[in-house]
Amino acid sequence: MSHGLLLTAGQSFVDGWFNSLWVVVIAKAIIVLVFVLVAPLGVGYMEHKVLAHMQHRLGPMYAGRFHGWAQLLADGVKFVQKEDIVPSAADSGVFSLAPAVVLVPYIAIFVVIPFGKTVWAVNLDVGIFYVLAITSVSIIGIMMAGWASANKFSLIGALRAAAQLIAYELPLILAAAAVVMQAGTLSLVGIADAQHAFWYVLTQPIAFFVFMVAAIAELTRPPFDMPIADSEIIFGAFTEYTGLKFAFFLLAEYAGIVAFSAIASVLFLGGYQPILGLHIIPGFFWMSAKVGALSFFIIWLRATFPRLREDQLQRFAWVVLIPLALADIMVTGVIKVLVK
Amino acid sequence: MAIDTGQEVGPNAVPVRTREPAKRSLPGIGLLKGLGVTLKHMLQRSITQQYPDEKPNLPPRTRGVIALKEENCTVCYKCSRECPDWCIYIDAHKETHPPAAGGKGRSVKVLDRFAIDYALCMYCGICVEVCPFDALFWAPDFEYAEYDIVEMTHEKERLEEWTYKVLPPPMLEIGAEPPAEEPPGVAPIPAAEVGVPPLAAGVPPASPPRTAGDSPAPSAPEPAAATPTSAAAVAPAPAEHMEVEPDQETLDRVLAEELAKGTDRRVAEGRAKAAAIRAARKKAGQ
Ligand code: SF4
Ligand code: SF4
Repeated sequence: MSHGLLLTAGQSFVDGWFNSLWVVVIAKAIIVLVFVLVAPLGVGYMEHKVLAHMQHRLGPMYAGRFHGWAQLLADGVKFVQKEDIVPSAADSGVFSLAPAVVLVPYIAIFVVIPFGKTVWAVNLDVGIFYVLAITSVSIIGIMMAGWASANKFSLIGALRAAAQLIAYELPLILAAAAVVMQAGTLSLVGIADAQHAFWYVLTQPIAFFVFMVAAIAELTRPPFDMPIADSEIIFGAFTEYTGLKFAFFLLAEYAGIVAFSAIASVLFLGGYQPILGLHIIPGFFWMSAKVGALSFFIIWLRATFPRLREDQLQRFAWVVLIPLALADIMVTGVIKVLVK
Repeated sequence: MAIDTGQEVGPNAVPVRTREPAKRSLPGIGLLKGLGVTLKHMLQRSITQQYPDEKPNLPPRTRGVIALKEENCTVCYKCSRECPDWCIYIDAHKETHPPAAGGKGRSVKVLDRFAIDYALCMYCGICVEVCPFDALFWAPDFEYAEYDIVEMTHEKERLEEWTYKVLPPPMLEIGAEPPAEEPPGVAPIPAAEVGVPPLAAGVPPASPPRTAGDSPAPSAPEPAAATPTSAAAVAPAPAEHMEVEPDQETLDRVLAEELAKGTDRRVAEGRAKAAAIRAARKKAGQ
């Protein structure tokens, strides 16, 4: 391994540099935090630009001089300056806590995502289990926001989000389960490693499809953006938020795109495994490229498809995705047994 | 379609119009086509004009600002009366010119003030339409916002300056009918002079203002000239309205200067002509 530094497999690259446990922990925390704060900005900028060009526009061009690269930084500065309004009828404690509850799970996910053979913070044995469990926590934040806002639009949006989560969490987990069955491990590093010969998207195309659809629905991104349908319920659970708290929700949305793209890359696209055996380019770049490509795909869908109706959305999950995912698991199981 | 019941069956049966069966295709093909459309558009050039950096190329009929060709104005007040906003201010006084060869003196209205308050104007274009003497024109300029609302009232000097920006009228479309009314006594402007193809040459009843300067005799529609009695008694224009040939030397020099500055050719020509006429007037006045 050209990029293996001087490490044994199964050890993060940070461990090789420091000896003290606490220094290692703090270094890892800082790296993860910086990544989570920077990567969503990149995806947000990509969304600005891709949506604009798909509509024959240019998108931001001024901030930062070169093609508006600093637009999201400027937006951040703007959000900081805005007044922080809490509605008088709102439950202010819960109201203020909600953005953090939405954002933190997405930060926590990146702890276990491998960006290279040794580029990860923690190699959890139950990595995929941890990831899927913790993504569901952010819905609690949305429910908190919806109930605490004392606003009917917020509440409708939050309840829609909850209903959507229940419907799409199932196919998401079933699709991941098919991959886990094939890889024989729950560790994300292990799953990425197991794809050194071929990517699982080749053997599990149906699971990939189901996973991506469910992930987009979990993110409440178009065409599954019923919970924040701006033409009918303003901005769903985030209607009453202003300033930094609102910015946190936006950051969480883009962090979510990065997170789910990263999980899908690891599960189906080989994670840090290079294309065509190009080991000269470090795994970190391969992983980033795959995450970028999947994020682009998610943005692309937003530019292309209109919003699904609430009942269509529910029907699609229960009638199409879940049976599909179950059938996929069954077939995977049967083949696994036969091959053995 | 089995739903079409109650129809005659047999040799006389009218062919039943059934709905075209939807083309069978794989489910989801439409979604992929949609993705293809957005991707294709992303790869095409975007059509955005980056306005302050890139000036828009506006068509000749753009309603940007109203220009006043003062020498054409006879102070008939039509424009100010028709203006729905009452935003045109006209002040004038009467002067009596002594008769050329006995008889009654001839009274002429002289324009003292002509102003348009662009803070009120709603760009309806009624004044331009209604002016019987082609003294008002649309120019495409639109960048004249001010920090003080008082500045939005353009006096006649400023309105005159806008005439340098007026674009020649658009060409008639191929096969379009020529205009019904040819104003009496107006010779068609030679095509070469106006710079438009022969098809459009005879069309404008009066020349666009920027050509009025260099061909005063045929193109200025002096209404009095049409009445036989007063042909000789046409009053000499007041001094500042003196018709002069533009000073060719100044024209060439200013045009070259403006073009060197990178000014748009049309604007440069307007400025050059204005400078040339000013120079010529100065010379004639001395
Ligand atoms: S464009 Fe209309 S509103 Fe403006 S000055 Fe002319 S008549 Fe008045
Ligand atoms: S309508 Fe024309 S000629 Fe009459 S006052 Fe207005 S600008 Fe002058």
